[in-house]
Amino acid sequence: MNAEAVDFSSSTRLTIPGRQTAVRDGLRALLDTLLLRSLPEDGRGTAEIVLAEALNNIVEHAYAHHDGEIEISLQLRRNGLLCMISDTGEPMPGGQLPAGVLAPLADFADLPEGGFGWHLIRSLSKDLAYRRECGRNLLSFRLDTQQSPA
Amino acid sequence: MELVAEHRGEMIVVSALGDRIDAAGAIQFKDRMRELTQTPSLRVVLDMSRVAFLDSSGLGAVVAVMKALGPDRKLELSGLTTTVQKVFRLTRMDSIFTIHDHLPDDLRQVG
Repeated sequence: MNAEAVDFSSSTRLTIPGRQTAVRDGLRALLDTLLLRSLPEDGRGTAEIVLAEALNNIVEHAYAHHDGEIEISLQLRRNGLLCMISDTGEPMPGGQLPAGVLAPLADFADLPEGGFGWHLIRSLSKDLAYRRECGRNLLSFRLDTQQSPA
Repeated sequence: MELVAEHRGEMIVVSALGDRIDAAGAIQFKDRMRELTQTPSLRVVLDMSRVAFLDSSGLGAVVAVMKALGPDRKLELSGLTTTVQKVFRLTRMDSIFTIHDHLPDDLRQVG
């Protein structure tokens, strides 16, 4: 896999195969770019969480039944880090992003073991948008990297 | 994800030696934790001080391990790093687990 991120210091692009191990390597490559290394520690952590959840979701759902690539583009702007992610997998069910509502933390035996991903993405990102265009899923969001959004 | 267990009295201390518990390693983490906690003990403490990153699959795996231990044998967590802490806080799982800042003094050299 080519996990070398193209790095123009205020923007970065990376294409990875839609697989879990490639997501791990891809996140490592992105976190190691000048762009993400220039962020405060807290902003870097936030970026890793949100990007990981968005990419894992594509691998687990959009590419559940076939292979494909994921394109990631990051741009550092005055109002934060703009993230754009696209894939050629299955569309979002109903053409909508999941609500990401946490299950109630009820009884011990019924504690949720999943359903955290979209909650984390929605909690930590701004301007979250999804559209389907020409057979591609296009997800975009902004991360407020100068201050902690949590 | 390499995990090392040490038995101390009524406690099993498991040290996570890898730097991430993520989707690619969640199943392996669960399986290995199950093996390491087969010996009876009152408490199981997972030292996460080396884990820089945990995603939602990793969090789900930690919850699954706690549930597998049963209601009478608690899974306690120790040494959560900044990003890991953030994931626990945002999902409110910090209210479910007993979380220690660090291991008891006499256990800090584990691993």
